Amino acid sequence: MPDQQIVIHVNGSPISVPAGCTLSAALLMASAPCRISTTGQPRTALCGMGICLECRAIVNGVPHTRTCQTVCQEGMRVETQS
Amino acid sequence: MPGFDLIIVGAGIVGCACALEAARAGLRVVIVERGVVGGGTTAAGMGHVVVMDDSPAQLALTAYSRSLWLTMAPELPAGVEYESRGTLWIAADDEEMAEVFSKQTTYAQAGIASQVLDPRELAEAEPYLRSGLAGALLVPDDGVLYPPVAAEYFLSEARRLGVVFLSDHEVVRCGKGRVQFANGTSIEAERILLASGASIDLLPSLPIQKRKGHLLITDRYPGVVSHQLVELGYLKSAHKLTADSVAFNIQPRLTGQLLIGSSRQYGDESREINHAILRSMLERAIEYMPCLKGLSGIRVWTGHRAATADKLPLIGPTADPTLFLAMGFEGLGITNAPGAAVLAIDALLGRASVIDATPYLPSRIRQEAVHA
Amino acid sequence: MKPADVLVIGAGPAGLAAATAASRNGCRVAVLDDNPAAGGQIWRADITRPHQEDAARAAAIAAFHTSGAALLPGRRIVDVPSPSTLLAEAGGHFETYRWDRLILTTGARERFLPFPGWTLPGVFGAGGLQALVKGGYPVAGKRIVVAGTGPLLLAVAAHLREYGASIVTVAEQASTLQMLPFAASLLRSPGKLLQGAGYRRTLGATPYQTGCWPISGQGDEKLRSVTLTNGRRTWTVECDLLACGFHLVPNTELAQLLGCTLQGSFVQVDSQQQTPVAGIYCAGEPTGIAGVDAAQVEGEIAGLAAADCDPLPTRLLARRAKEAAFSRRLTHAFRLRPEVLKLASQETIVCRCEDVTFGQLQTRSNWTDAKLHTRCGMGPCQGRICGAATEALFGWQPTSVRAPLFPIPVAAFCDESSSLNAPSAR
Repeated sequence: MPDQQIVIHVNGSPISVPAGCTLSAALLMASAPCRISTTGQPRTALCGMGICLECRAIVNGVPHTRTCQTVCQEGMRVETQS
Repeated sequence: MPGFDLIIVGAGIVGCACALEAARAGLRVVIVERGVVGGGTTAAGMGHVVVMDDSPAQLALTAYSRSLWLTMAPELPAGVEYESRGTLWIAADDEEMAEVFSKQTTYAQAGIASQVLDPRELAEAEPYLRSGLAGALLVPDDGVLYPPVAAEYFLSEARRLGVVFLSDHEVVRCGKGRVQFANGTSIEAERILLASGASIDLLPSLPIQKRKGHLLITDRYPGVVSHQLVELGYLKSAHKLTADSVAFNIQPRLTGQLLIGSSRQYGDESREINHAILRSMLERAIEYMPCLKGLSGIRVWTGHRAATADKLPLIGPTADPTLFLAMGFEGLGITNAPGAAVLAIDALLGRASVIDATPYLPSRIRQEAVHA
Repeated sequence: MKPADVLVIGAGPAGLAAATAASRNGCRVAVLDDNPAAGGQIWRADITRPHQEDAARAAAIAAFHTSGAALLPGRRIVDVPSPSTLLAEAGGHFETYRWDRLILTTGARERFLPFPGWTLPGVFGAGGLQALVKGGYPVAGKRIVVAGTGPLLLAVAAHLREYGASIVTVAEQASTLQMLPFAASLLRSPGKLLQGAGYRRTLGATPYQTGCWPISGQGDEKLRSVTLTNGRRTWTVECDLLACGFHLVPNTELAQLLGCTLQGSFVQVDSQQQTPVAGIYCAGEPTGIAGVDAAQVEGEIAGLAAADCDPLPTRLLARRAKEAAFSRRLTHAFRLRPEVLKLASQETIVCRCEDVTFGQLQTRSNWTDAKLHTRCGMGPCQGRICGAATEALFGWQPTSVRAPLFPIPVAAFCDESSSLNAPSAR
């Protein structure tokens, strides 16, 4: 349901997001980059449909997770991947 | 076209190294390539610079060639990604551990530094390997590099010395001082050096068999693997000349990516992935390093090694007095490129070589087989 | 006769139409899609407005469900372990699917062209930002520039505005003159016109500038402003976000891995939508960028053909011909002007996975050369983004597709089921 809020942790800080929200969207709300590029640039989701892989982040300890295709779950931990 | 002393066919790492060596010897050289620099056999392999001791001649060439890499290493451009990672030959059981000690003795006699690791030291060196391994032999001066850029480095150095490079030139015939291209044109020179990797269409009678391999590359996982890791069981499987085989062989890249191998198959000239072989290969890798299971695999590809019956390359003259070879390196083309280039140009110019070149002469194999 | 097992890849308009048609004609049909719900990109579900339903989408999905075809969402095809099986990833585990007839309706993705600043946080694809907003990213109060080319720009701008965004401008690189035949074709197709009019109404006074394109984005850690030009004049507008895409490119990777040949950039199909590989059909954007109406009619034809319906209804063939004509006008109207292919500076990154710059690529001779010597296209997106860009910029043709189609855990290749039908190791 759109009104229901859940809490996830972005780079260690809690953030409240609507249930069903994608992790990419949550990272944008938290102003956190998904990853740091090979030359050190911050990057966020580009294509929004699982193609460009710019939205890779560390999700519950697993690196290289596509956040635009991952739905937020209560208590999820997501970190910017460098 | 100006007059050339030497036409080199194939701008892989071996052809490019030969071009540089020939240019240094003052020859006027043209190197021709049907695709892009380092885009054939060179691009398909791992890029492991390794001393191997299957035979005294193999040990002599790999040790010599590795010494040339070590000399060059400080000057190589960053893109070559040369790293002195060292090889860990991993023993799974006591039988393979016996192999570790005998290998160490052989290496010591050849002046190659190595160090025996017990299970605890192995676990410290590579914490993600499974427990229960018997130990390993560390060969610290072995290296890893990125072959296509290494080939291009040799070529650019050669071009600075005046070597002419013709890309997108497919050769349809070569021999008798003449190289003919698919576009109908041809060039002539006193000498031709064939360095076409696993492409043997120009001399189908060459005693070379294609041996197919698979590789997988992962996304970036820096720190998971520190050395090139090879199971000693590899020696058992790689020695078989007929059967298909897989072995645990993993290489850490400068990028943090891991290259996972290896497989060997005869009689399959296709580029298609064989999923059964790929599966056995990766199961073998996971057996040695369980954490590989969850790593993200980006790409799988295949390539063909150019294998000879005695596992030694073909370097030197053929029955056609104009035609020379630098072929048949199987999995050691990257390691042997600098050494083979010196031997090939020595043979061309009638110079004496630093190591005994006779074990690699094409004439060691039945003469009629290497007629042009 | 045993009913054919038809597998459809992609639950967008083409896939739903194909599955519905095949199922109604006696086939057992399953549709795999990598999204959590049916609809594809154009009918992507919106988590913030679950009850607001697009009429066309609702009709297509209702017809699909009535037909008895099965939807298997959340499954992404990653490999072709043998000629008649597909390996799919489903939430971290792997499944193998066999098929008698296969219908590929894999849709399209946006084309991105590099310009200075396009890698800054705050820059998205046009459809990309729309998808993120549907996934819960709030844009209310944000100042957004929509730019690039194609009919998608207006749709995206209208959508963002509905969510409370302030659209600074919509910059369409095509000139009004170039777009005239497209406008005329809208008049010939009232349905499309209605849609267009709807957009216009929602947009209200939003400036829609034709013959105008972005030349750079500025900002340190995130986008602050975008510089636009119309070729004569250059100006900078402050904004929070840039939604920028240069029309669409087809997703043909799976078709290629299956051995289907391409004609230009598109999957080659015959009048039955069948590819040169027997039993494999293709419909929708992979056979030509033509929009939702074409996708639905092609999908229906593919579904009927896969169910061995013969002859195919002439009204469908006529509609397909009409849509093909629309597609040609669309392509013509939104063709890229040469200026947008020259936006990158030496330092502009072209390959975002490996951070390869335009300057590095300029010295290379073709796609293989670039891949081997600069790492361009060697990253996890497998060249899907930079490949389309370098094709436009340098005319490079991407080479063969390699497994896996998307990065997958190493263990996936070892899955028991993944070696079904594979030749056994000797």
